[in-house]
Amino acid sequence: MSDNEENLKQLPLGDWHRGLGARMVPFAGYQMPVQYEGVMAEHIWTRTEAGLFDVSHMGQLQLTGDGAADALERITPGNLSALAAGKIRYTLLLAQDGGILDDLMVTNTGHNLYLVVNGATKYDDIAYLREQLPDSVTLNHLEDAALLALQGPKAAEAIAKLGIDPHEPDWPEPTDLYFMEAGPFLWRGIPLGISRSGYTGEDGFEISVPSEHAETLASALMELEEVRPIGLGARDSLRLEAGLPLYGHDMGPGLLPVEANLSFALSKVRREEGNFAGAERVLAQYPDKAAKKRVGLFVDGRQPVREGATIVDDTGASIGVVTSGGFSPTLQRPIAMAYVPMDLSETGTAIAVEQRGKKIACTVADMPFVKHHYHRKPKQ
Amino acid sequence: MSRYYTDEHEWVDVEGDTATVGITDYAQEQLGDIVFVEVPDVGTELGQGDDAAVVESVKAASDVYAAVSGEVIEVNEMLEDEPGLVNSSAEEDGWFFRLTLADKDELDDLMDEKAYKAFVDGL
Repeated sequence: MSDNEENLKQLPLGDWHRGLGARMVPFAGYQMPVQYEGVMAEHIWTRTEAGLFDVSHMGQLQLTGDGAADALERITPGNLSALAAGKIRYTLLLAQDGGILDDLMVTNTGHNLYLVVNGATKYDDIAYLREQLPDSVTLNHLEDAALLALQGPKAAEAIAKLGIDPHEPDWPEPTDLYFMEAGPFLWRGIPLGISRSGYTGEDGFEISVPSEHAETLASALMELEEVRPIGLGARDSLRLEAGLPLYGHDMGPGLLPVEANLSFALSKVRREEGNFAGAERVLAQYPDKAAKKRVGLFVDGRQPVREGATIVDDTGASIGVVTSGGFSPTLQRPIAMAYVPMDLSETGTAIAVEQRGKKIACTVADMPFVKHHYHRKPKQ
Repeated sequence: MSRYYTDEHEWVDVEGDTATVGITDYAQEQLGDIVFVEVPDVGTELGQGDDAAVVESVKAASDVYAAVSGEVIEVNEMLEDEPGLVNSSAEEDGWFFRLTLADKDELDDLMDEKAYKAFVDGL
């Protein structure tokens, strides 16, 4: 075992995963379960039943104080001040030059903002937030909370069996939540924060639970016939099929939101106001003036292209890069995300990827690769 | 026929001057679901330790090195349509390629079954 591994932190459910036969790997500074029975089986289980993911490495933060949403808007392009209580928004943490420091979920709980940020970036995010937010806004890192995700077409059926009560008698049940809504709940007296959201493209829930109760909750979920544990391996193949970018791979500080194909996160009112970090650089690319763009790729044949493989033109010159690549268990073919020049970003465009000296033919594809199945609120 | 093993988790069956190469059951278990195997072209001259093949799982690509030197004389065509053979039968039907041994002395660098088992148990 290397020194590096000895420095890894343990998550509240570390031993619980080992007890289930997980293979643990270092990830974001923690020992994390990468797989249990196998990536393919876990992936397909999540697409057909309900998968339980431990994502406790992610940062759970609270911003409290008058003007928290306004202050957060200075460093994000989301319309957070208009976010109603109980609603969630996906947004981007932007550096002063508009580069993407992280992607995150922001929930208006009604009395504060609850943020979920990436595990690998959480300490940098906290430092940046502390530096950028005024003293009137208090940042609280919820280090004593675990985060579980239950994802898949049977996630709602499963969660309904647990007997989770609304925090107040007349408030909604967990299954009353629509996609991107959240609320406080009680289960056997344990307070839970439940969001209808996830990172797989399936319907599902993300559950914040006090660390000391995480094992009780995870074990209760595991007793349900619909539920099996899912590791990081399948989490990655699921999010890739869903077309969801991974921070540090498909986006990063050297990339701006428009070229990262995240223009949907630039809300209309915020584009008009133009008062967020790096707005000038970010908006100069909007809507279609970036030189390159993140796209999906279908890969010909059976051999996956991987992160770091180069996109080449007819002369063999590098014109882009693959940022995520793998085999799609649902489609039974390799798929990828890549940055390509804007004039090659149209769906159906033929692209050549060079990997280990071999050229592999690809075609620009619409994302998501596999249709999302979110439980969206019906249009009024 | 004698079987040899490498610390890169490959097995080598030697019959006369011909060696058949694959990855061990331990290796396939570690790699997980295998979705593609890139085998060398017939006629390729491999030096000991050269990149010989690539095994692709859902998540990652892994190199397979030539355990011994020689010229590739046959590859397992079955793997093209059925890469999962490496998972289901790593040490038999899931073989990768055959080569003509260039230097039998290289086999002295390899482990026998007992030594390999001890090696894996120590991991």
